[in-house]
Amino acid sequence: MSSADFSVLMPQIVLTIFAMGGLLFAVYTGKDRVAPLLLWVTSALFVAIAFWIGTGGAGDGAAFGGLFVADAFARFASVMILLSAAAVLLMSESYMARRDLLRFEYPLLVTLCVVGMTVMVSAGDLMTLYMGLELQSLSLYVIAALRRDSAKSTEAGLKYFVLGALSSGLLLYGASLTYGYSGTTLFSGIIRAIGDGDPSLGLLFGLVFIASGLAFKVSAAPFHMWTPDVYEGAPTPVTAFFATAPKVAAIGLLARILHDAFGGVTGDWQQVVAALSVASMFLGAVAAIGQRDIKRLMAYSSINHIGFALMGLAAGTAFGVQAMLVYMAIYVVMNIGTFAFILAMEQDGKPVTSIESLSLFSRTDMTRALAMLVLMFSMAGVPPFVGFFGKYYVLSAAIDAGLGWLAVLGVIASVIAAYYYLRIVYLMFFGPEGQSLETTRSPVLWGMLVASALIMVVGVVNLFGIEGPAAMAAQTLVE
Amino acid sequence: MIGLEHYLTVAGALFVIGIFGLFLNRKNVIILLMSIELMLLAVNINLVAFSTHMGDLVGQVFTLFVLTVAAAEAAIGLAILVCFFRNRGTIAVEDINMMKG
Repeated sequence: MSSADFSVLMPQIVLTIFAMGGLLFAVYTGKDRVAPLLLWVTSALFVAIAFWIGTGGAGDGAAFGGLFVADAFARFASVMILLSAAAVLLMSESYMARRDLLRFEYPLLVTLCVVGMTVMVSAGDLMTLYMGLELQSLSLYVIAALRRDSAKSTEAGLKYFVLGALSSGLLLYGASLTYGYSGTTLFSGIIRAIGDGDPSLGLLFGLVFIASGLAFKVSAAPFHMWTPDVYEGAPTPVTAFFATAPKVAAIGLLARILHDAFGGVTGDWQQVVAALSVASMFLGAVAAIGQRDIKRLMAYSSINHIGFALMGLAAGTAFGVQAMLVYMAIYVVMNIGTFAFILAMEQDGKPVTSIESLSLFSRTDMTRALAMLVLMFSMAGVPPFVGFFGKYYVLSAAIDAGLGWLAVLGVIASVIAAYYYLRIVYLMFFGPEGQSLETTRSPVLWGMLVASALIMVVGVVNLFGIEGPAAMAAQTLVE
Repeated sequence: MIGLEHYLTVAGALFVIGIFGLFLNRKNVIILLMSIELMLLAVNINLVAFSTHMGDLVGQVFTLFVLTVAAAEAAIGLAILVCFFRNRGTIAVEDINMMKG
C-alpha cells in the first residue's frame, strides 16, 4: 500500500469525502433548502471528475495488489457513468422541486451510488466486485423508495430490495465456489487457475451463479421480473437514473468478470450469454406491446436493449466488447433524451405517464414532438439515426464470431420492437382527439431532449469518435 | 472425521432453504428478510470452510466483508419495510400487489 495506490483511487476518494461532507453541510445548514445547491454542485463535480478520468489525469494501472484496476475499460465505463448520472441529476431538479421531493439526501445517495458503480467497473477481485456492487445496490434501494408517503414508491423499493438481495446472494454463492475451486479471489489468479484446459465443475457452477446474479442487475430475461414494477413505482427522475448509469455499470462488471476471470473458457459462457440475449430481446419486444404506461414501456424497452448489448458480449471477442460499449453509450444518450421528455409530461399541473395522453402532441409543441420522433426512430434502429449504427455494430460482432443465428433472431426482435416505438410516434402525430398534453417549462429538460435528438442525427458522421476509445477499452479487457 | 464436503453440503442445504423461503413464503415480509440472511450465512460457511481447508486467510476476510454488508442490507430492508407498513398498514407478501408484474 503506497501513495501510488491511493492516487489511482483518488476519484473515488474525492467522491466519497464529498458525499460525507455534503451530508454534514446539509444537516448543519438548511437541510432540504440547500438541496438544489447540492444537486448542482454534485453534477458539476461528476462532470469535472469525468474529465479528470477521461483525460487520464487520475492514476492508471492496478492498485492494492490488483484489487482495483483503473485501465482503459474502467475509464471508458466510469466516464459514461459519471456523465449520465450528472445529466439525470440536472433533469431531476425541476420535477422534484415541484413535487416537494427534492431532499438533500438524493444527490448524496446518487454520489455514493456512483462511487459503487465506478468501483464495480474497476474491480480486479471478487471482494472489490462485491463491495462496489453492494454500495451501488444499497443506494438504489433507498432512492427507489424516495417518495416515502407513496404506496407505489415504497412497494417498488421493497420489491427491488428483495430481488436485489436474492441476486446478491446468488452472486456471492458463485463467488464463494469460485474462490474455493481456484484458491484465490483475484481475477488474474482465477484466469491462471483455469488455464486453457477444462475448468472443474465447481468453477463452472461458480461462473453460472455469478452470471445469473449479474443478469438480475442488468435485468436480462428471465431475471427481469423486478424491472417493470420498479420503473413504474419509483419517482420518474429515479426511473431515469435506473435506466442509465446502473445498467452501464452492471454490464461493464459482467464484461469484466467474463473476460478478466473467465476469459480462458469463452466457449463455456458464450452459450449462456447468447441465451440471455435472445430471451431479453424477445421478451422486451413482445411484452412491451400491450403497455399503457410509458414508464413500464421504457422498462421493457431497456430489457430489449440489454439483450442487444449482451449480443455483443456473447461474441466473446474484443470487437464484441467494443460493440457492447458503443451500444451502451448510444442507449444511455437515447434514454436521457426520452426521460427528459417523460419528466416534462403533465396535464393540469399533474405528472402523467399514460401513452394515450400523447395523442396529437405535435399540435401543442412541434419541436418536442420532432425530437421524440427522432429518439423513437433511433431506439427502433431505423437508419439513418445513430441507434441503427449501435445495432449494426453488435450484429456484425455476432456474425464475426460465428453466431449468425443470434444476429438473425436479433433482427427479428428489433422489427417486433419497432411496433411500439412507432406507435408512440403515430399517436403524437395522427392520434385521436383527446385531452391535450402540456409540458413543464424547464429549459434543462428541453435542452436535454433537443440535444439528445441532435446527437442522434449529427452523430451519424463519426459517432463523435467514441469508437476509438471503445476499441482501446475493449482491447485492454480482452488482450 | 468431518471434512470439507460436509461443510459444503450444510452450506448448500442452507442456501437452498433460503431460496425456497423467498419463493414459497406467502405470508410475511419479515420471513423474506430472514431467508436472505440465511442465504448470506450459507455463503459465509462456504467461505470459511474453503479458507480453513486451503489454509488461506482471504476467505475469512471476505466473510467479514459479507457480514458487515449483510447488516447494512438488513437495516435498509427493515427501513423500507417500515415505510411500506406506514403506507399500506400490512406486511403480508400477497399485499405487495399495487403493480402487477
